[in-house]
Amino acid sequence: MTQLKGWRDIPIGGVILEGGNAVEYRTGGWRAFRPVFGQAPCIHCFQCWLFCPDSSILVDAENEKMAGFDLDHCKGCGICASVCPVNAKVIRQAGEKLNRDDPRLCIRMVEEGKME
Amino acid sequence: MSKYEALTGDQAVATAMRQINPDVVAAYPITPQTETVEFFAEYVANGEVTTEFICVESEHSAMSACVGASLAGARVMTATSSQGLALMWEIVYIAASYRCPIVMSLVNRALSGPINIHCDHSDVMGMRDSGWIILFSENCQEAYDNIIQAVRIAEHPDVLLPVVVCQDGFITSHAMERVEVYDDAEVQAFVGTYRPKWSILDVDNPKTYGALHFYDYYYESKRQQAEAMAHAQRPILEVTNEFNRQFNRHYGLFEAYRLDDADVAIVVANSTAGTTKVVVDSLRAQGLKVGLLKPRVFRPFPAKELANALCHLKAVGVMDRSIAFGSMNNAGPLFLELTAALAIHGVHIPIADYIFGLGGRDIKPGEIESVYRDLLRIAETGKVERLVTYLSVRE
Ligand code: SF4
Ligand code: SF4
Repeated sequence: MTQLKGWRDIPIGGVILEGGNAVEYRTGGWRAFRPVFGQAPCIHCFQCWLFCPDSSILVDAENEKMAGFDLDHCKGCGICASVCPVNAKVIRQAGEKLNRDDPRLCIRMVEEGKME
Repeated sequence: MSKYEALTGDQAVATAMRQINPDVVAAYPITPQTETVEFFAEYVANGEVTTEFICVESEHSAMSACVGASLAGARVMTATSSQGLALMWEIVYIAASYRCPIVMSLVNRALSGPINIHCDHSDVMGMRDSGWIILFSENCQEAYDNIIQAVRIAEHPDVLLPVVVCQDGFITSHAMERVEVYDDAEVQAFVGTYRPKWSILDVDNPKTYGALHFYDYYYESKRQQAEAMAHAQRPILEVTNEFNRQFNRHYGLFEAYRLDDADVAIVVANSTAGTTKVVVDSLRAQGLKVGLLKPRVFRPFPAKELANALCHLKAVGVMDRSIAFGSMNNAGPLFLELTAALAIHGVHIPIADYIFGLGGRDIKPGEIESVYRDLLRIAETGKVERLVTYLSVRE
């Protein structure tokens, strides 16, 4: 945790003087649900990366692979799980509705802090 | 060379705006401010100013555009009244907390409801804690002069707060008066060029404006804003004194009219102060020692200075053109602030509040005289029988 500054030491008007420092603000603590991998294998289509509103999908650029979740900033919105085409194709019984934490999924949303 | 022109209050403000030639004006017409926007739009159309005039679809958008332009480093002005200000509300607070030196002409008009288009001060009193510097103007000349000074006050590096300049709806805004209009070049030299500290358009030095402040920094940001307001008086007076010297005026935090040797005085802002001066003169001619204090700078509230100016009196009457509903005795905001200021500075004199002129109800010299007579009685007995009186309301 960085040392919090006093009111005399911060720029007026709430301006942040350096660019690109949102990364220092760890919003992961706001999360109620956490994305984790399930059984269905990822096809590295990057749909989750494209849609994640918090730039929290990690990418292995060299190997062009989706590489997991940045849990310091992921807010657990579940958009990645919603857009994941592998999730959509998980075989289910007629009329069956999958829970968001179903182990058969590719991206599962599990309750934060709950032991599995 | 300055010249005298017959101008309405709205026109006087538009004239000042033409001379200031701000970078951006975003405004929406609303009675009784409309003329200002109309005149200014004409200046834009005629090429008399180089201002980017943004025709918006509402006052909420007007103030939003002002904030955006101000953060971009522009010198920004706007004008509104009553409901227009009410619609701006959300962004009015944001303008102050982002420290945008925006200048607003506010033509005071009663807030709905019931709907009304005429003068009272309920609109400005609603923004009194919003973080804007608030200046009152008795007449067209003062409105014109205050607008010019407001630019310098707002942009003063030790202030950087938005400033609102008030004048009374219709009474001042639509009354034609003799106004001394200064030379364009002189006004331009006085206001100078705005050199913003930062600009959102400075892409080589990216900054974040309007970031979320939680329990970790919101409080510090507000503490800083309080500090800016607490120290705004000195720069306000610096600008005022420079203006006085250059244009031969006598502005201060307030105007004291025949106050020094008075026994009783009325405190009243804007146009009614003008009527009150006439009453003071006529009562003085009868040998009654009455005076007037006309506030000019309402925010930051000059508590100590007001207490000093009033401490020799035997009774003070505040005339409020709005009601602070549910406050102590449903008194007016000016009264509430002034009584607190006097008490804190150890001035214990009888004081009473007189609500008047709501929704444009006419206030006549006879009624102001009745206030003085009341105050003279209070001075004699030392007793305030009615803390709040509603002047000229039908029973
Ligand atoms: S849960 Fe939301 S924030 Fe977290 S990685 Fe998925 S899309 Fe991004
Ligand atoms: S959307 Fe699903 S399949 Fe595509 S990269 Fe993300 S996790 Fe892998």
